[in-house]
Amino acid sequence: MELLQLLFGGVANGCIYGLVALGFVLIYKASEGVNFAQGDMMMLGAFIALGFGNADQMGWPFFLAVPAAMACMFGVGWGIERVFVRRIFGQPQFALVILTIALGFVLRFVAGSIWGYTPLVLETPFSGVNFYFGGVVLGAADLVTILVTAVLTLLLWAFFAFTRVGLAAQAASQNQMAAYIVGVPVMRLNGLIWGLSGVVATVAGVLYATKGAIDPNIGLLGIKAFAAAVIGGMGSLPGALLGGLLIGIVEPLAGRYAPGEFAQMSPYIIMLVVLVTRPGGLFSQIQMKKV
Amino acid sequence: MSLLKAEDIAVHFGGVKAVDGVSFEVEAGEVFAIIGPNGAGKSTIFNLISRIYPLTKGRIWFDGQEITGLRAHQIAPLGIARTFQNIELFDHSTVLQNLLMGRHTHRRTNFLQDILFLPKVRREEHLHRHRVEEVIEFLELEAYRNKMIAGLPYGVRKVVEIGRALALGPKLILLDEPASGLSVEESQEVAFWIEDMRREMGLTVLMVEHDMGLVTAVADRVLAVANGRPLAQGTPAEVQADPEVQAAYLGTTAEAAA
Repeated sequence: MELLQLLFGGVANGCIYGLVALGFVLIYKASEGVNFAQGDMMMLGAFIALGFGNADQMGWPFFLAVPAAMACMFGVGWGIERVFVRRIFGQPQFALVILTIALGFVLRFVAGSIWGYTPLVLETPFSGVNFYFGGVVLGAADLVTILVTAVLTLLLWAFFAFTRVGLAAQAASQNQMAAYIVGVPVMRLNGLIWGLSGVVATVAGVLYATKGAIDPNIGLLGIKAFAAAVIGGMGSLPGALLGGLLIGIVEPLAGRYAPGEFAQMSPYIIMLVVLVTRPGGLFSQIQMKKV
Repeated sequence: MSLLKAEDIAVHFGGVKAVDGVSFEVEAGEVFAIIGPNGAGKSTIFNLISRIYPLTKGRIWFDGQEITGLRAHQIAPLGIARTFQNIELFDHSTVLQNLLMGRHTHRRTNFLQDILFLPKVRREEHLHRHRVEEVIEFLELEAYRNKMIAGLPYGVRKVVEIGRALALGPKLILLDEPASGLSVEESQEVAFWIEDMRREMGLTVLMVEHDMGLVTAVADRVLAVANGRPLAQGTPAEVQADPEVQAAYLGTTAEAAA
């Protein structure tokens, strides 16, 4: 029973890691680099939803506030690509790393100066609601997290597998030159993908906020999600999600059954083991980059 | 009115004049070849037409429309397809997927229709698949239809790239060294295909090629360039007889031998 309880909570947490990891992978595919501000985009998305939705702020209904926050973060992601990332196009990958680390600091400062650094709670219709199922407590927030993650993943999959734009994005991620030559506006697509990763980050942020208080530093969760993305094999969307789930499940189990600080270290230990045994990640799609 | 017209085009990278003062016109339905020693600027001319490099000087027209200011992705919808010397394919996709990607500019359905897979999407999909199958048959790629590009031999990948260009249904096809790295038999096959593209598909072909045998066999007219400058223009025989062209070729051969 205890094990089931741990597993359930682990899957729900893993979904959030997985969603942030999805954001990493989206941007890795579009801009061939890692967006280290992904966790901070999640944080900002959660705060914007809180700003729209909480009674002491703008007080919009929850189901209006969240889509509004998603729309805002689409704009933020799109704008980051348009204003910053596009200008360093063709520069070494390291440039994007430094750029996004700096952006992360800026986003944290922006959120801190608007909403302060004391933890705030996002008001949701399902906070504190629990279901009991054969001795296991199923938090409504956790159930919603799992459900939303499943739906969002399906939508993303359908988008990339079937739509004209999604297929073009896949093509561009495989070979930008070839994509241009068949008429794909690669730059415009990259903007769209950054926007999309802002939306995914917002969903992850809101789901995170359904479980507890948020402050401008929750973006540090991005480091764990980065480990999840690496475990899944940086270029794979299903891999990112599974990497997230793996970390989410192992963490509480390690906390319960292993000594001391092992739970804290477990994501990175898994990452190291995967990197040593399967350097390309579990769902390896990365090839040597052509020079 | 010629199909493609380049007027005094030039691109300078810093002090290097990769292409300088090149003008030519390609008539509809002809096979036009650009020849020249390595580093002469042949592929660079292609990259100017494809709008991958910005022009330093000059103007380009296609089908009566000036394309000098267009972006790289705006070229395909006009009906210009191309291949690359170093083969640019979607390596983690199948041959079929690569060719279908060539149909990208012809897809008219929107996001929602795609997701719901409406009858309209289905009809369009049939059309694209049909067009792509014609290309597969023409280039005899049947055996490779569902193979990943990454695992295919060089010669086949080269043909797939030509296939993707044909799938686009272009008016003009730019072939960048279609015979380089191919065996004699494969190269002869390419010559047949180029003939058929012109005769059966009514395409205009602009090619860059080293293989003078292939050029003589298929090209109506030839432009010779060296060091980014035009040397001579005319029929393959005329250009080959040009003393400047001979000097440029012998010169590089002598350098290579030294």
